[in-house]
Amino acid sequence: MTKKDFWGAAALSLLFFLILLASWHFSTLPTERISAANDEYARLMGQGAKKTEGLPTPAQIGETAWKHVTDPFYDHGSNDKGIGIQLAYSLARVGAGYLLAVLVAVPLGFVIGMSPLISRALNPFIQVLKPISPLAWMPIALYTIKDSSLSGVFVIFICSIWPMLINTAYGVASVRREWLDVARTLEVRPVRKALQIILPAAAPTILTGMRISMGIAWLVIVAAEMLVGGTGVGYFVWNEWNNLNLANVIFAILTIGLVGMILDFIIGRLQRLVTYVE
Amino acid sequence: MSAFSNPYDPDRKLGTTCACGKHASQVEHEAERAVPENLDASDPEVLLNRAIESAMVRALFPDDATRRRFLQAVGVNTAMAAIASVLPIGAMQALAQEKKPLEKKDLKVGFIPITCATPLIMADPLGFYRNEGLNVTLVKTAGWALIRDKMLNKEHDASHFLSPMPLAISMGLGSAVQAMKVATIQNVNGQAITLHLKHKDKRDPRQWKGFKFAVPFDYSMHNFLLRYYVAEHGLDPDTDIQIRVTPPPEMVANLRAGNIDGYLGPDPFNQRAVYDEIGFIHMLSKELWDGHPCCAFGVSDQFIKENPNTFSALYRAVLTAAAMAREARNRELIAQVISPANYLNQPVTVVEQVLTGKFADGLGNVMNVPDRADFDPFPWHSMAVWILTQMKRWGYVKGDVRYKDIAEKVFLVTDARKYMAELRMKAPGTSYKKFKVMGKQFDPAKPEAYLASFAIKKTA
Repeated sequence: MTKKDFWGAAALSLLFFLILLASWHFSTLPTERISAANDEYARLMGQGAKKTEGLPTPAQIGETAWKHVTDPFYDHGSNDKGIGIQLAYSLARVGAGYLLAVLVAVPLGFVIGMSPLISRALNPFIQVLKPISPLAWMPIALYTIKDSSLSGVFVIFICSIWPMLINTAYGVASVRREWLDVARTLEVRPVRKALQIILPAAAPTILTGMRISMGIAWLVIVAAEMLVGGTGVGYFVWNEWNNLNLANVIFAILTIGLVGMILDFIIGRLQRLVTYVE
Repeated sequence: MSAFSNPYDPDRKLGTTCACGKHASQVEHEAERAVPENLDASDPEVLLNRAIESAMVRALFPDDATRRRFLQAVGVNTAMAAIASVLPIGAMQALAQEKKPLEKKDLKVGFIPITCATPLIMADPLGFYRNEGLNVTLVKTAGWALIRDKMLNKEHDASHFLSPMPLAISMGLGSAVQAMKVATIQNVNGQAITLHLKHKDKRDPRQWKGFKFAVPFDYSMHNFLLRYYVAEHGLDPDTDIQIRVTPPPEMVANLRAGNIDGYLGPDPFNQRAVYDEIGFIHMLSKELWDGHPCCAFGVSDQFIKENPNTFSALYRAVLTAAAMAREARNRELIAQVISPANYLNQPVTVVEQVLTGKFADGLGNVMNVPDRADFDPFPWHSMAVWILTQMKRWGYVKGDVRYKDIAEKVFLVTDARKYMAELRMKAPGTSYKKFKVMGKQFDPAKPEAYLASFAIKKTA
């Protein structure tokens, strides 16, 4: 990509953003209200007071965002914490579930990739378990694990394991035959073969799986926290939805998007480190 | 001299006291009652100490006039010192409110953000838990199913329940069997039927065929009252309308989206629908059954057995809050403290309309119903029996129900009496009373006959 292309794309992005913002602004301009029968009724209906109704304007979102960004770590009790603290809770849950999934998926993927027999034996299980929605796991997790926070971690684990498992197995299975033959000729021991030949060869595929999994984990955490509640960005969205405060909900959505992008970017960088040209 | 007056005050007028006996005159009494921030009167400790002092000094000077002359002669301080040297007032006070060591200080109490939970929520910002030496974390929970699961998991030590839930859990309906107890009822009345504004001309339930309604949970007063109401108007709740379970916080959003036509739900979500100009209040639940229970404060049987002292402390805190919440003059203050994001997360004016009973109905009228919501902690057995008759009526329980046994096992009347007496609250002498639901008499002694009298029911 040339420098000119880059600036062209950036300008176009900005233009799209401005068009979006402008149409949003004009479509959410406050409309004239029907005046109520009497003052008392109007007061009880909260008219005249600052009241959110319909979609908030971009300016309101900006105001809300500023409030959260300038005070991200407030703690007003167990059910009202700043967005920074909520993000930390969510990231910790995602981190735990994801790490667990990596620890299980990569070795298991190796075994499946290296043994066609095990691969065929486990395939039906993987195919059945893979498409299950995270929220479907929740009742079972709550009932058996008996801890709502751990259930959240479990749901992350069970949903983010499949892409890694399948990609690892695929990457391992498709290491070029010639390299393995060379290793056999040189009588390389199995452990060394796995670590020095197969792992580097399969690493790009494995990392692709990990990248997909991270995206899924971040998708799942919001849903899980909306259900389980207590802490996290998902809970934040749910709590503000209770109050029908859409400005806060939209701010939270933008934050979730940004954090998801950063996580993806980090793994994308890692992926570039292990990519090789044949 | 009344039990609550300062026995060391020589200037206290004799004979002419006020209605409650705590003030020198009726004027002073009015003045104090008019100040909403005066929380002292509901602080049981202050009252208890004062009552003990009074009793002892009264025993020393049975004649009020003599007591007064003595105090004037020697001065109040000397008199206090003199009396304290002969009477163990301090020790007596300590004994009367002896706090046994708490087995567990850090507690997690679950709640759903609705005004039904007012007593157990307000006990946190107003410090009633702290006063009992408890460090309570209130955990806002997303729905009733989760409340049930977290209680069964023992993640929560105590919880806000719908009053039928402990009955259902104890019977193993829709859950694993675990003995749950209703310690106190949280609130009476305070629910409403809200309809979407587009139905403002359909005020007769007979026109509701095919409507979709939301209730918070299968085992809820809301479900039973809604079923009762439509059945009285000739609709079969299982076939003529659709009833779906929706967590209270999601009801307004669903009403707005048109997923449901209305709901019998807890406040503040009825008032919130009015506030957001989506729906109107068709009927308050009080008009169906005035004084019906709704939510309860419950704990597991095991928790009571393992932590008896903690349980009493928790019980006292919640009862103190309920006593304060009963007073209409405290309602505005309560609305202020329970509305922030940490608790209900609602605009104060919405909560205030629910608690004070002066509210907009969504159709342009200002209504004034002071007992729209009330807080009566006494867990009536007769109400439990009614709930069981309805559970049987709609097929949630099959076969013979031992109404009284279950009601008495789950609703803790004895404890309620004991702690209410400790806090000088009046508890009724009997735990069974007859009451009327939509004009029809219910006799808790004859549940089967009551059940048989309904035309629309699911029981075979």
